[in-house]
Amino acid sequence: MIQSMPFRAALLSIVIAVLLFGIWEASSDVPEKSTEMTEYEMLMGGADQEARVPPPSDVLVHAWNELSDPFYDKGPNDKGIGIQLAYSLYRVLTGYVLAALIAIPVGFVVGMSPLMYNALNPFIQILRPISPLAWMPLALFIIQDSETSAIFVIFICSIWPMLINTAFGVANVREDWINVARTHELSSLRTAFLVILPAAAPTILTGMRISIGIAWLVIVAAEMLVGGTGIGYYVWNEWNNLDLNSVIFSILMIGCVGMLLDLALSSAQKLVEYNE
Amino acid sequence: MSNAFLEVSGLAKVYPTKEGNDFTVYDNVNFNLNKGEFVCIIGHSGCGKSTILNTLAGLDDPTAGAVVMNGKEVKGPSLERGVVFQNYSLLPWLSSLSNVEFGVKARWPDWSKNKVREHSTRFLSMVGLEHALQRKPSELSGGMRQRVSIARAFATQPELLLLDEPFGALDALTRGVIQEELVKIWSETQQTVFMITHDVDEAILLSDRIFVMSNGPNAAIAESVKVDIPRPRQRNTIFQQPGYYQLRNYLVDFLVNRSAEKPDNSSGKPKEVNPLSAITSSSAPATTIDNDRNAHPYAVNQ
Repeated sequence: MIQSMPFRAALLSIVIAVLLFGIWEASSDVPEKSTEMTEYEMLMGGADQEARVPPPSDVLVHAWNELSDPFYDKGPNDKGIGIQLAYSLYRVLTGYVLAALIAIPVGFVVGMSPLMYNALNPFIQILRPISPLAWMPLALFIIQDSETSAIFVIFICSIWPMLINTAFGVANVREDWINVARTHELSSLRTAFLVILPAAAPTILTGMRISIGIAWLVIVAAEMLVGGTGIGYYVWNEWNNLDLNSVIFSILMIGCVGMLLDLALSSAQKLVEYNE
Repeated sequence: MSNAFLEVSGLAKVYPTKEGNDFTVYDNVNFNLNKGEFVCIIGHSGCGKSTILNTLAGLDDPTAGAVVMNGKEVKGPSLERGVVFQNYSLLPWLSSLSNVEFGVKARWPDWSKNKVREHSTRFLSMVGLEHALQRKPSELSGGMRQRVSIARAFATQPELLLLDEPFGALDALTRGVIQEELVKIWSETQQTVFMITHDVDEAILLSDRIFVMSNGPNAAIAESVKVDIPRPRQRNTIFQQPGYYQLRNYLVDFLVNRSAEKPDNSSGKPKEVNPLSAITSSSAPATTIDNDRNAHPYAVNQ
């Protein structure tokens, strides 16, 4: 039991965590004042002039407070972490699902038809490297709604990995399997659903997994720009409030949610995987 | 117009090359298959055996010539022509049962779920796989995969079954077992089988006739060799049959010494040959066997 790999790995993880938090905690200790406070300092209530990153113990206490009531709503400037994350997730999932609805069928067509591949390839190659945030001004001007613009930015950044992976997966389905469909006189539609889709599914899911990761990266930046609600806005707002406890706490929450999204897609990927 | 079940006439395959001059794989290939016949085709690599088989399947378009089955020209793949591919071509995300059901459902779309399952299970038990219905191809050995593939092809009950070197990748023991299963199913279902092989012994064991091809380029079917050995044939006793080695030596001699010659195709049909006609008619079989014992069964492959 003690010898088993997962157990040893978990033990090592805990040791590393304790070590890191220990160093962080120690370095955050406010040194004892050796000199007496000046009059000014006394006026300022003895505040430390040197700003410090809060120690992990403070962050943990803050996290506990926030997580024990994640959905409170005390007006536009003070909402619980759960509400902020829910806003972000709503935007990410809406943009992502819309992108999947377009990318997967288009990817199918591009993958099945060399003509379509060559015709659409220049557009894909030019549009793909554009930073999604570069679309923001144009989106705001055209859509005239910050909420929808944020969703559009998610849409535009998650469409490419899904489109390219679907096209690649479909184009590389083994000729033998297509021949099996042909010798069984399957219609094009049935071939697409019974042979090509299951054959390309692992590649398509890989694209979907890359996309959800990018979408979650981009939503933070997009919400810092559009403001109002969401985890990205929350981080920036707490920075403006100089509440570093909240900033660090929300950074950790972004990581946790991103991990959960990836976990969901990777378990979906396991469902469609096959061994040759 | 003859009334053969399948008629191949003037078949040719030409690939254009970069230099501009065309590369003719085979040319003027003519043959007939009769209903219920088991025919093997044998020849050196590159003579276009697989391309001929793919043309019969409708997967490949000939440069010239035509394939006519039951009076209708073959214009594309059809469920009337089942194919067993060399690399099995099972769908890896489906269990062996689902792979067979895939074919059965395509063949009879209006069958009930139970009927499809029952029919598919029956063909899988014919090849001895009733214990592995739910296993995926990746969990099966090469021999078991090829059995699933054979079951899938036979289960759709095509009029013509095309087998592209189905036992090429199998070890000798497995190969023998599946050969017997193949003959068993074939004799039960009375389908017509056209099979590619590299193995002379396999061809003699299985076929009614063996087509031997001359070497490519410009290959052709040189001869149609009749296998005049009575059925049922047993893998372990067939070499004791009168004339077995005579037939075997004839085929090996062709492959080793004569396959490079250009066959005389002026008649438009391969020459019909029966190396055993002397034995089966009158002459004493005993002497023939004695003579042939000097030849070691596997010495001639070099």
